[in-house]
Amino acid sequence: MTQHVSPPRGSTDKAAPVEGPPAWRVRLGRADVRTLTLLGVLAALVLIGGITQPDAFLDTRNLQLVLTQASVIGIVTVGVTFVIISGGIDLSVGAIVALSSVWATTVATQEYGFAGILFTAIVVGVGCGLVNGLLISFGGMVPFIATLAMLASARGLALQITDGRTQVVTVPSVLDLAERDSYVLGIPPLVLVFAAVTVVGWLVLNRTTFGRRTVAVGGNAEAARLAGIDVRRQRLYLYLLSGLCCGIAAFLLVALAGSGQNTNGNLYELDAIAAAIIGGTLLTGGRGHILGSVLGVLIFTTITNIFALNNLQSDVQQIAKGAIIVAAVLVQRRTASTH
Amino acid sequence: MTKLTSRRGMLFGAAAVSAGAVLAGCTSNDPDGGDDKAAADTQPAADDKPGKPVTIGYAGPQADHGWLNAVNEQAKKRAEKYSEITMEITEGSNDTAQQIGQIETLINKKVDVLVILPADGKALTQVGLKAMRAGIPVVNLDRIFNSPQAYRCWVGGDNYGMGLNAAHYIGEKLKDKSDAKVIELAGIDNLELTQQRTQGFDDGLKNYPNIKKVARQAAEFTVESGQAKMAQLLQAQSDFDALWNHDDDQGVGALRAIEQAGRDDFLMVGGAGALSAFQAIKADSGVLKATVLYPPTMAASAIDLARALGQGKGVSGLAEFEIPSTVTCYSAVVDKDNVDQYMSTGFK
Repeated sequence: MTQHVSPPRGSTDKAAPVEGPPAWRVRLGRADVRTLTLLGVLAALVLIGGITQPDAFLDTRNLQLVLTQASVIGIVTVGVTFVIISGGIDLSVGAIVALSSVWATTVATQEYGFAGILFTAIVVGVGCGLVNGLLISFGGMVPFIATLAMLASARGLALQITDGRTQVVTVPSVLDLAERDSYVLGIPPLVLVFAAVTVVGWLVLNRTTFGRRTVAVGGNAEAARLAGIDVRRQRLYLYLLSGLCCGIAAFLLVALAGSGQNTNGNLYELDAIAAAIIGGTLLTGGRGHILGSVLGVLIFTTITNIFALNNLQSDVQQIAKGAIIVAAVLVQRRTASTH
Repeated sequence: MTKLTSRRGMLFGAAAVSAGAVLAGCTSNDPDGGDDKAAADTQPAADDKPGKPVTIGYAGPQADHGWLNAVNEQAKKRAEKYSEITMEITEGSNDTAQQIGQIETLINKKVDVLVILPADGKALTQVGLKAMRAGIPVVNLDRIFNSPQAYRCWVGGDNYGMGLNAAHYIGEKLKDKSDAKVIELAGIDNLELTQQRTQGFDDGLKNYPNIKKVARQAAEFTVESGQAKMAQLLQAQSDFDALWNHDDDQGVGALRAIEQAGRDDFLMVGGAGALSAFQAIKADSGVLKATVLYPPTMAASAIDLARALGQGKGVSGLAEFEIPSTVTCYSAVVDKDNVDQYMSTGFK
């Protein structure tokens, strides 16, 4: 998790500070300071968890639990981070997860087993992303409005498909994904998928033309267009990517919760945006960090875990979450303004 | 009994009309034919024979949850039973303003009786008053209006009683165990009904000094939240004897978490009365041993009462010329012994 994160090429950021900051900061670069700060917060949380509940918290099963719970929302957050870096926003991710999960768990789809459910979840996710992308890129709609409309209609459609009912999954191979027997070297398959999405996301953002274009579009869309980037097509791809992540997440959620319900993915959009923000992604676009977003998700999931282990109620959890967001952003402002 | 918002009021209501609740068909039990036949014969009581035609306006909830969906279905099914009943139905809104508009439409259509399950009882009180002033009696279903003037009759469930009866069931099962531990998986914490369920549970547990509630977490009535919160609770509590889960929908997720953790060292009691819960109780293959009802059949009772209201009759078997002003359904405990009796009321 501590590997070197180079600042995204093609960004408008200055690569190295001219003078002032201590030598270690120059060597590490700004991205690493941010990553270290987040790791520090996570370490502090682990310390708190370990002190308050040594037996329950510092337990392999608990580690597996925290990572599993981070997986579904984590994958959604990776997709949302790309969209935010490009200067957009995707408010529809939670609703897309809901629609994907209920479509993938209808009786008809379940007849085709594992492949049918996986295929449907991904097709529905990508399909919703495509609609978002087309509305924004070629319909000229503001991302906020287009994805807000998708939020409403995807939730409505999910409700219509389920009729308010819980669609229980009866396909053993899907359910097995979240069972202890299927763990690979102690790692739940859901966590492996999450790790894979994170690595691919990081590589795409930091090591490919696609990633550089994403940052460029978010930094200054007009300049990107003049530089020869097809901004509209780039944006279309980004919402497709976000939809794809939602589809994958929906499939994992179906395996984890064992059902499709129109309430699945409730408030994912806000959780994902919050995680991306504390991870150092600028809401105005032009700068973003996959690793930061993932750390943000892990921080939130760990807090939830520590609070539950100590039997604190959800109101306290929400207050703490708010405080963490404020604190993280304030710390970042300090560390980011040192050059 | 001016207001039913207080818990005490709910309890008195339950005591006062519990007989009426059974007779009104709240739990679809067939009432025992009483010995008061002679007395009943002199009452103008509603029965199954077709009577004066009545148009019932039904403003139902948005069915975004298994229980609410079952409520709408129960209401429609019961109305179809009577040839002289016509239903004007509006449903599908969780939005207060929209539901007010729907109810005003029903008032303008001059239906004979209104059955309203408000998305928010407090917020819809005014439109209830408006209907009553327009001479349309209102049967208020489940979520209660702020003012008794806004309805002629209230039919609902007993959230406090759910907690109480869950505690009694668990208490009897664990009464011989010293230092027994129970945990609670609650519903949405900012709903009054969740607080009432928890209060009833805590009060009930006071009868069993050997039992201690060691943990409580609130979920969101959804499968996803049920799974997530239960997984945490299981990690937090390595050893406990019983679990009370407020809602069978989130129970689907909770049971999944229990299965994933490979735990079977406790007994679980659910809430509401979902078909899947009944089936699990009947199969007796897992931790779920019972569920406490919050019967959706109360919607059928509301239609019966609305019909009686429209025809100006009382309720069969009750020595009254009018229908009662409040009916609180009993939160029966359904376990393996009586599950067959309730199976047909289970909602999907």
